[in-house]
This record gives sequence, C-alpha cells and structure tokens, in this order.
Amino acid sequence: MSARRRWERAAIQAACVAITLFMGVPLYLIALAALSSRDSLNQFPLPLLPTDPSTETMSTFLQSTGVTGGFINSLTVGLGTVVLALLVGVPAGYAVARYAFRGKDTYQLILLLTRALPIVVLSVPLARIFLDTGLYDTTYAVMLLHTALALPTTVLITAAIFVGVSHEQEEAAMIFGASPLQAFLRVVAPQALPGIAAAAMFAFMLSWNEVLGATVLTLNQRTLPAQVLTTLADSPLAYRFAGGLALVLPALVFIAVMRRYLLNMWGTTLR
Amino acid sequence: MSAVTVHNLVKTYASGGKRATDDVSLEVADGEFLVLVGPSGCGKTTLLRMVAGLETPDSGTVSIGGRDVTDLPARQRGLSMVFQSYAIFPHMKVRQNIGFGLMMRKVPKEEFDRRVKRAAELLQLGEFLDRYPAQLSGGQRQRVAVARAIVVDAAVLLMDEPLSNLDALLRLQFRAELKRIVSQIGTTTLYVTHDQAEAMSLGDRVAVMRDGKVAQIGAPLEVYDRPADRFVGGFLGSPPMNFLTATVRDGSLVIGDVSLPAPDLLSTWEGHEVVVGVRAENIQVSEEPAPGWVPAQVEVVEPTGAALLLTARLGEAQLKIQAPATFPAGPDQQVHLRPAPKALRFYDPSTGLALAVDQGLGGRVGRRVTP
Repeated sequence: MSARRRWERAAIQAACVAITLFMGVPLYLIALAALSSRDSLNQFPLPLLPTDPSTETMSTFLQSTGVTGGFINSLTVGLGTVVLALLVGVPAGYAVARYAFRGKDTYQLILLLTRALPIVVLSVPLARIFLDTGLYDTTYAVMLLHTALALPTTVLITAAIFVGVSHEQEEAAMIFGASPLQAFLRVVAPQALPGIAAAAMFAFMLSWNEVLGATVLTLNQRTLPAQVLTTLADSPLAYRFAGGLALVLPALVFIAVMRRYLLNMWGTTLR
Repeated sequence: MSAVTVHNLVKTYASGGKRATDDVSLEVADGEFLVLVGPSGCGKTTLLRMVAGLETPDSGTVSIGGRDVTDLPARQRGLSMVFQSYAIFPHMKVRQNIGFGLMMRKVPKEEFDRRVKRAAELLQLGEFLDRYPAQLSGGQRQRVAVARAIVVDAAVLLMDEPLSNLDALLRLQFRAELKRIVSQIGTTTLYVTHDQAEAMSLGDRVAVMRDGKVAQIGAPLEVYDRPADRFVGGFLGSPPMNFLTATVRDGSLVIGDVSLPAPDLLSTWEGHEVVVGVRAENIQVSEEPAPGWVPAQVEVVEPTGAALLLTARLGEAQLKIQAPATFPAGPDQQVHLRPAPKALRFYDPSTGLALAVDQGLGGRVGRRVTP
C-alpha cells in the first residue's frame, strides 16, 4: 500500500515536472535566442546556456519602427478590454448567478456561441461598421472587439464565483443596514475578487494574443502582435525571437500580478 | 421594543402556483417570544422573510411598533436576524462580523468596541474576536451570528432555524442559552423552526403552521394539550398524539370490541364515528386485567432511559404508550390500558377539527357527519 502510494506520488511529481518543462523550455529557448547576438544564433551546435549574452538583437528590435507604438497600443487595448469587460461582465455574471429569469439557459448558451463564430467572419462586417462610424483604425475599435470576445468568459467565470457567495450573506448585510449596492461592495465583491481577477486575466490575455481582428480593424494603430506578425514575416530569424520574447513578457508580468488574487481562490480564504 | 403585526399576508411563488402563505394574520406582542413551527414547506420561513423585508408579499401588510413597514426595505425596518446558514462574512474577523450592523449605522469607535465586547462576552466569544470565521467551530459561528443580531439592540429579532445546523447535544445546550439571552434582552422575537421540541421549549406562544395557514396559536402547553385539529396533535409532541376511530353508542365509546364511557359532550354524536386523540403519557398501563381496563398487544418496546415507549395494538389501531422505565414488558405480551378520561380529545373524522374542547358542542365544532 505504502509502496504504491510512493509510486503514485513519484508519478505525479514526474508529470508536474514534464508539464513545467513543456511550458518552460520554449520560453527559455526564446529568451535565450532573443538575448544572444545574431552571430551566435548561427552556431552549431547551439549553446544551451547564455554563454554570450547580448542585448543587441533585442534593442534593435525594440528600436525598429512600430514596435513601441504597437506595445503602447496593445497595453491600451488590453487594459481597456479588461475594464470594459468587467464593467459589463460582472453585473451580467451577478444576474446570471442570482436571478432566475426567462431564457436564462438559452442566454448562457448564446453567450458561448459568440465564440463559435470565427473572428474573420466577425471582423469584416465590423470593419465596415467601424469605417462608417469613424472608429476604424483606432484602439477603441480593437478594444470593443476584444471586449465582445472576452465577455462570455467574464460572465461565466464571475457567475460561477457569485454562486459561491451565499445569497443569505447579502441578505444579512441588508438586514443590518446595508443598501443592495453596499451589500455587494462590502460582502460579495471582496469574496469574489479571485474570480474577478481570473476573469480580468483571461480578458487581458485574450486581447494581448488576438491577432486577426486587430489586423483587420487597424492599419496604423496596430497592436503589438498584429504589428510583429505582419512585419516579422520578412525579418531575420533573430528578430522573430526578440519579437516572441517581447510578446510573452508583459503577459507573464500581468499573470504574476494577478496570481496573488487567483491563489486566494484556490487557497484558504473562501469558505 | 415593539409589537409585530401581520395582516392578511398572501404570497405566491411563481414556480409553485400554490400559496406559500395564505392570508395569514398574527400578532407578536411587545417583548414576546413567538415560535412559528411546522413541517417543511408550510410557509413559516416565507412569513418570516416577509416580516424581515427580504420577500415582498402579494397582498397584506406588516407593521412593526404600529408603523406600516410593508413597503420599506429590510434595512429601514429596525430589526435584526439570525440565519439558518449563519450567513456570517468569511472575509471579516469576528469583531467586524459582530459589529457589522454598528458599522453600517456609523456608531463611534469607542461605543462600537464597548458594544461588540459586551455582546461577545454574552456569547462567550471574547477570546475569538480577532479570528476569522474559518477558524471557528460550527457552534462558535452560530454564536457569532447571534451576537451580530443582538449587538444592534433592534426592536425585533428574527430567527430562521438558528439551531438546525448544530449537532444534537450542542443544540440542546445552545437552546437553553438562547432562551436565557433572549429573555435577558427582552426583544420581541419571531422564531422559525421545524423542530417541535424546540418550539415547545422556547416559545411564550407557539404558532403551528400548515399549508400556508396558522393551524393553531397559543401557549406551548395549551397547544400540546389541546390540539385544535388532528394535524397539530400529530405534529407536536414526541411521540405524536395517538388517534383512534371510535363509535358513540349508548353513551359509550366503542373501539373495536372494547368500550369506554363517553363524556357528555359526545351525546349529540350518538351513533356516529369520532376520532379519539390521546397522548402517550396519558395512557396508564398495567400487567393485570382490571374492570374498565382495555387489553392490548405489545408489538415494540423502546427504552428511552427515562421511560419505556411501548407500541401496542388495540384492535385495528396502533398506540404509542409511555410506561414507567421499570415496567416489565416484552414483545407479544398482553397489557391492559386505561386512558385518563380527562386527557381524551375528540375530532371530527371528516374535517379533523377538534369537537368542543370543554364546553359541549360550542366554539370550535367540526361539521356534523350525516350518516
């Protein structure tokens, strides 16, 4: 029995290590390549340790046209998407969690169906609408598209969290003098923070990674991925790695910041 | 402190179609402890929630201290409440939990501390004030919920099955403590439970509810002793009241092939069937036959420690009898029974309502059976 358990534990450990490597090794290799000089990339065999670190590639990449602008655009769109998606999605999630209304199940299904449409199919008519309304080639256009794409997950994640906070707690708050809004802010929101953080993370990542829509809806106000993907196709290999690292890093930083709240969800404080 | 008056409250839930409370009116006097008791789905919690302002009635009014509060939100009704699930806030320390109502009322810091401390001491929570609810046991969490409710000194205290999540021993202890605390602070209290023993032990008065209506309301012992209908007798008391079908013939009650002297009040029921109700402890039991005693067959013997609970067969009917703990009885043994004549209650077989309680066929009378 105990031998078997030990074996099981070892297997779980091995699986964890394997998954970590699966995620980590590519990140490492990209970082390594991005921080090597162009010449050392052509060596064979490729050194797996940073023997000759150089910021040459990276700085050239960062100084190339459109990268800084794309970075700022991406950040604007990403954070804007988070704000908009939470502004609309959290109340919607609350409604789905708390109230029984006609067509609730259908509503939830249709929410998910918006993700079933390929972005290309959405983008072309959207581009037309945005051209008509003068929003074309602005960060707002991309922000709106990304918000629409992020809303289903935002609604479903926050709804799941709100279900976890018992309605009786809200009622108790209202009995003891809180208005419905105060009850939400003082009692529900603090407990729902992990879920809201998770939803924010999803929205940001989605926006950060989305290329197609951003490419179709903009010409000059490209987000970083759109910018990088269109220009790097014709660039030397080293720049592609630099571009990869530049794309990954901010997302990692955002996750690291949000992780604090996410851990709360899986950790102790709830219940 | 103030009285609570509920007038013709009707509430129908969209899903059920049936009325959850059906034209209920009752009054809780100033400082009184009224218990609403009944089986699940009888509307007692709905009634409480309408008093609390958490549920909106279809029609009818609720007033507290003479003020009509039917259209006021919960926070403006000046009441406090203890919830079945405790509903304490897991992200706040015990101190903030107890003081939540004071904080919402913007009570100054000094007074806040003093009142929280006093409430915590009353419920023996003094040393836990800086803990989170997750670090407390179920019983302690319930104490936090009660402390939170009493610290605000509200005019009316509502409790929704506050003991139902505690284990049996703890429930018994806390029940007595709750009674002491509530009588100490003297608040008008409306208490909901499905546990008839809790209702009997706590209430100044008990309102037994069934199908959205109040079946009977009165002092616990009165309701226990003189159930207004078969349902109340069967619901209150453990074991429930025994019911036998008897025929009134020549001034006697005939049950199967035995007959008992019938009281005068049954003279108008000559020749008809009535239902006889009698409590387990009101049946005397003996091993020896004697004139006027009825023979019965013991089926099950259940010692409870303080007494012996016999299940016996009398003709068609099954009876629960409470015998002294020392009574020597075994299964299949023949015993002899005699109900205390004053403890017999009579019910109309078709309506289940009590026939005249004391004063002949006046007052609460069931519909006469036409043979």
